[in-house]
Amino acid sequence: MAVRVQEADFDVAAEVRALTAGRTDVGAVVTFTGLVRGGAQGDGVRDMTLEHYPGMTEDELARVEAEAQARFPLQASLIVHRVGTLRPGDNIVLVIAASRHRAAAFQAAEFLMDYLKTRAPFWKKERSADGSGQWVDARESDAAAEARWKSAPGR
Amino acid sequence: MKILYFAWVREKVGRAEEVREPPASVATVGDLIAWLKTQGPEYENAFAQAQVIRAAIDRAHVKHDAAIAGAKEVAFFPPVTGG
Repeated sequence: MAVRVQEADFDVAAEVRALTAGRTDVGAVVTFTGLVRGGAQGDGVRDMTLEHYPGMTEDELARVEAEAQARFPLQASLIVHRVGTLRPGDNIVLVIAASRHRAAAFQAAEFLMDYLKTRAPFWKKERSADGSGQWVDARESDAAAEARWKSAPGR
Repeated sequence: MKILYFAWVREKVGRAEEVREPPASVATVGDLIAWLKTQGPEYENAFAQAQVIRAAIDRAHVKHDAAIAGAKEVAFFPPVTGG
């Protein structure tokens, strides 16, 4: 179980290897990688800057991970979230869920992302090609994705 | 207490953090917002739509009716957009 907030990029394969090294109790590993999207028309966004609340971010990600642990039979998990300035195509977030069987790993990875999206204190500011900045608005669909776990607690 | 601001709340207030001692009548997060709005046009502007502002006390999410007694650190920010 671990969470990391960093400016540096991550290597998905290396993170999976590190998480499962020397273990024989893991039968399923699900990874989710979030990337910076360009604008809807394929242009628009030059880059984005991710701001966060140092201290609370790590605490909140650890709470999200603990909640996933309580709901699903996980053998291991990892959340890595980048901060700073990122360009379209760059990695932003990595979630890994490792379990004995695939169902728990798939569900836990989705749960981790849904909770992270609505709870972890990160904010994105996009910069357009013309240099103007715009804070990204929270999506109603993210709140709905989190809410559905309230009636489907896992396990 | 220490008050922190993030994202567009920080930009509108014009600072990332400050130390404030609100009057004893300020009991909840919502009271603190209402009091801050009297502290200058930049606060009035930042908290104009108070219902959209999220808050944390000592690095944990809280609602506007949460009591601030004993809080070391209160933070205000827009809905989060990570991931």
